[in-house]
Amino acid sequence: MNTSPSQTQPDGGSADPDVAARPLAGSTAAALPAEVAAPAASQVSAPQRVVVVGGGMVAQRFVEALRDRDDAGRHHVTVLAEEPRAPYDRVALTSYFSGRDPEALALGDPALWQDPLVRLVRGDAVTRVDRDARTVMTASGRTFPYDELVLATGSDAAVPPIEGNDLPGVFVYRTIDDVAALRGWVEERAAAASRPVRGAVIGGGLLGLEAAGALKALGAQATVVQFGTHLMSAQVDLGGGEALRRLINSLGVAVRVNTATQRMRPSRRTGAVGRLDFADGGRLDVDVVVLATGVRPRDELGRAMGLEIGARGGVVVDDACRTAVQNVWAIGEVACIQGACIGLVAPGYAMAEVVVDRLLGGAATFPGADTATKLKLAGVDVASWGDAFGSTPGSMEVVWADPVGGVYKKLVLADDARTLLGGVLVGDATAYASLRPMLGRALPGDPAAFLLPEGGAGAPELELPDDAGVCSCNNVSAGTVRAAVTEHGCTDLAGVKACTRAGTSCGSCLPLVKKLMTAELARSGVEVSNALCEHFDLSRAQLYDAVRVAGLTSFSEVVARFGTAEAGRGCDICKPVVASILSTVAPAHVLDGERATLQDTNDHVMANMQKDGTYSVVPRIPGGEITPEGLLVIGQVAKDFGLYTKITGGQRIDMFGARIDQLPGIWQRLVDAGFESGHAYGKSLRTVKSCVGSTWCRFGVQDSVGLAVDLELRYRGLRSPHKIKLGVSGCARECAEARGKDVGVIATDNGWNVYVGGNGGFTPKHAVLLAEDLSTEELVRTIDRFLMYYIRTADRLQRTAAWVADYEGGVDAIRAVVLEDSLGICADLDAAMVLHLETYEDEWAATLADPDKLRHFRSFVNAPDEHDRTLAYVAERGQARPATAAERAGAGAGPVLVAGTTLEVRS
Amino acid sequence: MTRSPALIAATPDAATPAVSPDDAWLPVCALADLAVERGAVALMDGEQVALFRLLDDTVLAVQQHEPHTQAMVMSRGIVGTRGGRPVVTSPLYKQVFDLASGECLDTTKGERVALVTWQVEVRDGVVHLGSAHGPGARAAA
Repeated sequence: MNTSPSQTQPDGGSADPDVAARPLAGSTAAALPAEVAAPAASQVSAPQRVVVVGGGMVAQRFVEALRDRDDAGRHHVTVLAEEPRAPYDRVALTSYFSGRDPEALALGDPALWQDPLVRLVRGDAVTRVDRDARTVMTASGRTFPYDELVLATGSDAAVPPIEGNDLPGVFVYRTIDDVAALRGWVEERAAAASRPVRGAVIGGGLLGLEAAGALKALGAQATVVQFGTHLMSAQVDLGGGEALRRLINSLGVAVRVNTATQRMRPSRRTGAVGRLDFADGGRLDVDVVVLATGVRPRDELGRAMGLEIGARGGVVVDDACRTAVQNVWAIGEVACIQGACIGLVAPGYAMAEVVVDRLLGGAATFPGADTATKLKLAGVDVASWGDAFGSTPGSMEVVWADPVGGVYKKLVLADDARTLLGGVLVGDATAYASLRPMLGRALPGDPAAFLLPEGGAGAPELELPDDAGVCSCNNVSAGTVRAAVTEHGCTDLAGVKACTRAGTSCGSCLPLVKKLMTAELARSGVEVSNALCEHFDLSRAQLYDAVRVAGLTSFSEVVARFGTAEAGRGCDICKPVVASILSTVAPAHVLDGERATLQDTNDHVMANMQKDGTYSVVPRIPGGEITPEGLLVIGQVAKDFGLYTKITGGQRIDMFGARIDQLPGIWQRLVDAGFESGHAYGKSLRTVKSCVGSTWCRFGVQDSVGLAVDLELRYRGLRSPHKIKLGVSGCARECAEARGKDVGVIATDNGWNVYVGGNGGFTPKHAVLLAEDLSTEELVRTIDRFLMYYIRTADRLQRTAAWVADYEGGVDAIRAVVLEDSLGICADLDAAMVLHLETYEDEWAATLADPDKLRHFRSFVNAPDEHDRTLAYVAERGQARPATAAERAGAGAGPVLVAGTTLEVRS
Repeated sequence: MTRSPALIAATPDAATPAVSPDDAWLPVCALADLAVERGAVALMDGEQVALFRLLDDTVLAVQQHEPHTQAMVMSRGIVGTRGGRPVVTSPLYKQVFDLASGECLDTTKGERVALVTWQVEVRDGVVHLGSAHGPGARAAA
């Protein structure tokens, strides 16, 4: 549409006094002068006042996109939100039960709302729009003028006309407040009754299953009551619904299908909902009911404005999201576009982008709703896309069902038996990322191959056309991902994500994005080079072998011998790599001579640098086993030095806020008490996590703590391409979560099973079985060899999971190397581990004993008794944390600042 | 960087180097006090200056204040070379800075970040700081 000033500003244009008068970021809306009218002097390019009604996910995307693309800053956008909070991730609402923290549902970068061109008004519903005066009135009586009005009011939960729907204990499931109320009710009931709280969810769709999961998470029983023939009937077919029902049952949720609820009856005793009566005569006693039968567009403002309303509700818009009234738009669930309202977030995002493009003079149109869905309900994968029901004439279905494994997969193909029209995946949706973009395209090879489980016949590699959509949340095509590599020079996943936004919302397409990126990198030929950096043409593995065979012991030797022609003095990439290689080839202290110049600051001062430049300290607590005396020592040290303490994920204690010059004093105390470095700072063994095992546990079959302590003491200080974590569980219940570790050991009645290549973090991976029923001696030898082989051959910063995945032949080939000695190097690997064991020393104790090494911890070279006085802290939950920039700037107004964490206590 | 003077009165704004107005050379420390290819910090009239002694005993000086994070950490980065120029890598987010010019070599779109640098001379084994150059550096008197 045309956004020339003459058309959008009939009054001759006005500046935005509202924004001009706005205080700096961080103030609340309530503190602002609300109403605005004062006309300002005409300007050549007066800012456009964009008012968004509604503060949901689509509104957020709209503002993000506008701020991203409106380079000239010509639009001032005001978001009027009814809920008392910034837009949050409604799709992840159920996670609010586990975390209870609304912050965890935050969307995008919170800095968006601090942007001077963006204003968020919370907790104030819009009551009226005056389309002639172009103003919006809110419940609190404020008036906001607009040049462009965007309706993004979304939906509310539909309450079915069932008798008793207004009884206490009957809830809907739409907002954080709904969820909080539901939680409060269930917790109250649980406290009052001696039996479990009985819950029912009316509606077996996506939302109903979410709600059932939420009830389970609250400790209530849950029964899903579905009117239709099967669960998620809008997305999956009967076969998929059956598989889903079995999976949901196995999670402890009961399911009734083909069941109409006639009335909800109050309990005689409490007056709250007590029973459901079904049309078939059945009954169900309940303490709480969640209605999840659908949503209804919130089109009341549109109706009051006289806008056209769709047959089933919603503000009617054209493909540009325009209503019939000039300068009024509708996006998201409230928009009736191409004849229907769409209750999914991805099409809403697409509409937001369309309107932003139009406001900036573009001609974008809504591409049509992609109703593809992929979700994970309490660990159950469900995906559906395209013509999931095979309703296209002549279409055929390829189905693979495994009722025992709880998997159902179906592809719908056109009558040519090749063109993919849609599909349903239940129980295992790994194929979704690569199959969904093939919609409308011919599948290569046998379609059935795509449905077989991993490790089966193996589907052909899919070569996606450039125009195939990859990320439906952000509407990114395969071509855009490829261009990120070829035209914008991205060389890693993080770069591609930042450049294209692909995978930044739900993340389900990330495996595909990575695959495309890797293929494109390989094709362009430049980046597939394994060269470490400009100083070395070799990969880490090649350099390791070269250094080992040549018997080199210093960086200067290594760079002179194996560096590039103009190798110079290395960099932050190759220096730590060489340090790591030398540590196992020619072991020496991290601060010995030239070695000290190779270390990242963490290895250099043997502590972890935090955001304000101070460090955190983690003494080793092998296996997580610690005496009360040990705990007292750590507590006293933390107290004396004013350190913030937190339990780590690796069963030990982290102490934060130590200045570089305090580290020796802290460690003197710890070493004196028998502690040693925990290497929490190193690319090295971190911890061996354990459960309590047969020592105390009535289920334990082996001494997991004892083994964990032995393994941790064996591998402590072992430098590697990346951090290494181990875990030992005393029985198959796996309480140590060992399969989430690089090496996981699980006790059996006959010995130990060992798993390798697991990790948590950004791309969690379960470790895979390497060997079964090993004796302790066999186990230790196997781990020795696995770790040493990894250290020798992995890339820089490559965790074991990626190494195993990249290794030719995978875990089977690695098993042949370490168990069957297929390469004939096991004696060599064993000798390398012996060298590690013989040369291990606690690097902190060695540092404290050497005045030369202690020089590295001086605060100031010309004032060693001074310390950094720029550090500032704020007390929070009884401990100190670094002050934020705002707290520093506004010292005195906010929380109390303390200059440093430390009492001057030295040993 | 904005800071309340009341909060940290002892520390002037890091972007305003403290150099004597008459542009004199100020002695800092002995060359022997500095480790080769490992930074150190000097406190000069309340201001923190990161010093780097290279393999050939050249000493270079930049601000200790890391401009992306506002933390006082530049001296703790790894020293090396890029294209033959001596550089230091910020220990927090690994941006690389030219030690001689102060220029950030890893800027993202349009961003212009540079460190204040100081002239350095080693006289009779003593490191001396001269005038400062770069963003916010006080103009030489």
